[in-house]
Amino acid sequence: MRETFWDKNKRTVCNLGLVAVIFLALVAIELFAPSTSMWFSVLRKVCTFSLAAVSMNLLNGFTGLFSLGQAGFMLLGAYTYAIFTIPSEARVSVFRNYGTSVIDFQMPLIPALLIAGVVAAFFAFLIGLPVLRLKSDYLAIATLGFAEIVRGLVQLQQFGPVTNGPDPINKFTSPDNVLVYAGITGVCVLLIVLLINSTYGRAFKAIRDDEIAAEAMGINLAHHKRLSFVTSSFFCGIAGAMLAMCNTSVSAVTFTSSMTYQILLVVVIGGIGSVSGSILAAFIYYSSSEWWLKFLDVETFTQAGTKVPLLGPGFRMVVFSVLIMIVVLFFHKGMLGSREMSVYDGFMKIRRLFCRKQTAKTEGGEQA
Amino acid sequence: MSSILQIKNLDVHFGGICAVNGISMDVEKGKIITLIGANGAGKSTILRCISGIVKPQRGDILFNGESILGLSPDKIVSKGITMVPEGRRVFPNLTVLENLKIGAYLRKDNFSEDIEYVYSLFPRLKERHWQLAGTLSGGEQQMLAVGRALMARPSVIMMDEPSLGLAPLVVRDIFSIIRTINEKGITVLLNEQNANMALKLADRGYVIETGNITMTGTGAELAADERVKEAYLGKKREQ
Repeated sequence: MRETFWDKNKRTVCNLGLVAVIFLALVAIELFAPSTSMWFSVLRKVCTFSLAAVSMNLLNGFTGLFSLGQAGFMLLGAYTYAIFTIPSEARVSVFRNYGTSVIDFQMPLIPALLIAGVVAAFFAFLIGLPVLRLKSDYLAIATLGFAEIVRGLVQLQQFGPVTNGPDPINKFTSPDNVLVYAGITGVCVLLIVLLINSTYGRAFKAIRDDEIAAEAMGINLAHHKRLSFVTSSFFCGIAGAMLAMCNTSVSAVTFTSSMTYQILLVVVIGGIGSVSGSILAAFIYYSSSEWWLKFLDVETFTQAGTKVPLLGPGFRMVVFSVLIMIVVLFFHKGMLGSREMSVYDGFMKIRRLFCRKQTAKTEGGEQA
Repeated sequence: MSSILQIKNLDVHFGGICAVNGISMDVEKGKIITLIGANGAGKSTILRCISGIVKPQRGDILFNGESILGLSPDKIVSKGITMVPEGRRVFPNLTVLENLKIGAYLRKDNFSEDIEYVYSLFPRLKERHWQLAGTLSGGEQQMLAVGRALMARPSVIMMDEPSLGLAPLVVRDIFSIIRTINEKGITVLLNEQNANMALKLADRGYVIETGNITMTGTGAELAADERVKEAYLGKKREQ
């Protein structure tokens, strides 16, 4: 029997269908949701951290380099983006403590995003030269240190005319249309997926699986590790710029190492080595922590007037941490492991489950 | 007689320990050469030096008359020397097919023919081409490691302990494949503890002890030698 187009491409077609459905849902939310809806702020954050998690996954999950410098690269991206997109007339008021800004022109959104990525990638290239010789935990410590150094440096008074010192930068271009965020994330994730499926991606996975064998096969370890590190940081920089847009203000205190741990948590929950897992986990993580579990933080009273026990400020994080522990205990490889989500396979699995039940039922009937 | 690979006065030290001590050897083109010796004799170190993973302190390695000393491992692979590493070392989370493609990583031309060639040598790999390499049996992993090394179209293939941890029947299969590969004109440098099988197969053998070559000769000569028999072939000392 000849293989038809459908047989060969059914998985791709089904997944493209899922992407289209998600896109339509986003359009519908953008058009019809009331302007006070939580959907907007949550979805913006989900898009931002999806990209951050996928770029971290490229490094940690596909190349096996355990790096914790994400917050640092996001900070570089966020500052670069913010500095380049403040309107000229607003510069004096933003940089009032330092007279005026050194950079005195405004860029459109997309070039500014690209420059944000390039600046992050450039710093990744520089620190990659010494740092990528390190292995596993030591690499994590070195990159974590880098992130902290960057966070300290941008707040220095001496850099004031460029970074506004410890004061936040605001009034830069920050679109609030969810589709803009989804579009940026979509394009970037697509590029990362293409890279992962290319011969370079295969070399990354080989390095992750066995460095010595990869070297014996003629893969230049230093070159490929640097490539992965720089690419990951590029997209991290763009994610940082998106975070700046979300928050409409940038200050170095946002980019602490706890943000890196959050992203790491998203990667681990979604599955190390799974792009769709990272996105799914980012959605679940940020919508529960920012929205669905918010009610736990509010002191509630029953109709009789008695206070509901435990509910109150801070209780949300307790429940949330318990949920994460449950996920990690029962899905110790993350929700998707190293596989990708496939609508077709999922559908077939459900159908098989259903069919088996039916056959079991009829068999049981015959016996009776 | 033309030698494809020449090793001259190779010295390798790890810290204060001398692993290889002034070894020289000639590898003739199109032959099977075997290095035999006990654990820690320095056999693997010699192979690692040739593939560029270990840098020797002194000496020279010539490939087709040209020094390859100090080149990076990827340059050496692209010149046509590949290695089947000790303990197989396939990429466990990649499929069999992806493992083979990694073997051809440095080649820019079309390698679908080579994949077919490897499949014809190892039909088992074709049956399992979609399977993750980590789920293969030990013998199949060894086949994959050999197939992966062949994907680079090498002129010299180095095998580090291909029989390690495999059942005798599987070892026989692997050795017959080594002969087939050699008949295609590929020079084989075989590093073996299973001296009996290795010497039967080899055109030339070297006995290595604590970093020195103590004996050399054709495979048959060495297999007949009393001292080799005693030390490596399990012959009992006459009472």
